[in-house]
Amino acid sequence: MPHLIEANGLTKRFGDFTAVDGIDFAVEPGESFGFLGPNGAGKTSTMRMIGAVSPISAGSLTVLGLDPERQGPQLRARLGVVPQEDNLDQELTVYDNLMMYGRYFDLPRSTIRERIDELLDFVQLAEKRTARVDSLSGGMKRRLTIARGLINDPDLLILDEPTTGLDPQARHILWDRLYRLKQQGVTLIITTHYMDEAEQLCDRLVVMDKAKIVAEGSPRSLIEQYAPREVVEVRFKPGVLDEVAERITGLAPRTEILADRALLYTDDADGTIAGFANAGLEPETLLARRSSLEDVFLRLTGRSLIE
Amino acid sequence: MATPLSFRVFESEARVYRRSWRGSAVSSFLTPILYLLAMGVGLGTLVDANRPGGIDGVSYLTFLAPGLLVAMAMQTGASEGSWKVMAGFKWMRTYHARLATPIGIPSLVLGHMLWSGARVLMVSVIFAVVMTVFRVAPVLESLLAVGPALLVGLAMAAATTAYTARLKDETGLPLFFRFIVIPMFLFSGVFFPVSQLAGWLQPVALATPMYHGVELSRALVVGTTPAVTWWISVLYLVAWIIVGTWLAVGPFRKQLTP
Repeated sequence: MPHLIEANGLTKRFGDFTAVDGIDFAVEPGESFGFLGPNGAGKTSTMRMIGAVSPISAGSLTVLGLDPERQGPQLRARLGVVPQEDNLDQELTVYDNLMMYGRYFDLPRSTIRERIDELLDFVQLAEKRTARVDSLSGGMKRRLTIARGLINDPDLLILDEPTTGLDPQARHILWDRLYRLKQQGVTLIITTHYMDEAEQLCDRLVVMDKAKIVAEGSPRSLIEQYAPREVVEVRFKPGVLDEVAERITGLAPRTEILADRALLYTDDADGTIAGFANAGLEPETLLARRSSLEDVFLRLTGRSLIE
Repeated sequence: MATPLSFRVFESEARVYRRSWRGSAVSSFLTPILYLLAMGVGLGTLVDANRPGGIDGVSYLTFLAPGLLVAMAMQTGASEGSWKVMAGFKWMRTYHARLATPIGIPSLVLGHMLWSGARVLMVSVIFAVVMTVFRVAPVLESLLAVGPALLVGLAMAAATTAYTARLKDETGLPLFFRFIVIPMFLFSGVFFPVSQLAGWLQPVALATPMYHGVELSRALVVGTTPAVTWWISVLYLVAWIIVGTWLAVGPFRKQLTP
């Protein structure tokens, strides 16, 4: 089966600045594929190239078997896009926004009307049908943007930072909807700088940093590959951390001393915790947890994902 | 010329306009009434009293009205090409939303021009009706002025769109209105003949698209003879439309698909 998206040496330059630096990846049909990385890593530039709204600077890219550069309109007819910045028409109603957008795909009004009914149910906005967009909450707007992205029944849905700026409850509603889409077999491409989002939604992901892909795999396999099973996270009183840093380093196979806390990577959390008592160290807080994508990212780049 | 998808863009603009058409229609009636009352009737009485032969053989109101119709079309074109375009790029990001669909840059620009033309048409037809009420000319002659008005409105919409699409933010727009649109409104032969201008200013007035529209409109409604052969003026206006639209495509592409 051919790849749904295939990129080889994909590069995007803006003048002297290289936003995406020769990345390779392939996405399979039905997959939920993520791009995890901090702001400025090149995720949005990559999305825009896939979405056929930004010409590639070098390398090759095919999406749904089409060349985004030469077959842009045909390709975009089969894509759904949920951009990072909301660009709904604030003065129009929910219904009018969807109708207007459907018409851009040259769909008959009757088809769009049916789809609007289904989609408003799906994103739980049926009762907001005649409300003006500027009266909706941030989470509702994002859900409407997702409904809008689905109006043409796309083969691929591109979501750029879908939950950035939303409160935790709105995020969970959105995740739930996206999870359902995934179950229905819609191929999703998601960029995010939240590791919990990537863990929840992505079958497979690439970690991007400074325009390059630094790792690739399923969330689980990345964690297994790059981080020991458990992490002990400790905080000390201000100023104390620097003094005890050297002694902490000896307590686990790998440690990361950050500005405000220290992370100890270990396969035996209880043993590491016991080590603190034996060494006479008394941290302010001490917490053992399973390692996450955040730890993977720290390992790969030496920086935490959200500073 | 127009792509099928440019009609989808037109349709979308119409859907947005439908929300606010009442206010817009009222002001399209009110503006010509106010201008024709104040300048045409009020000021016109003074002008006519001091100039028994009239201007070009007609009363000031009759001289003024066909040109003013074109001036309103010019302003409509300028505002469609400025505020609307800035909203599409920056304030509402409508253009970015459209670009994520099969609509490409040419359809986007052409659809925008089609809609600008429709707006100019609405304003001009209403003006022509008001002009008839003021007994400037019978309704058919008045409606003939809509032709040149449409050309000028489109020429202005195209040029303004090309300008706005090159702006980084809206600070350039008030300047554009102050130094281009208002002077053109005042000095292109609507309120007084261009021959009254200082010699060096006359070629400037002649270069504006509005001058040609005003002359054509006055010729059609009142029967005056324009200084420039009519088909040269028409070609000149068409050239503005084509070149302006073409000049808009580049910056649209640069802004929307970097």
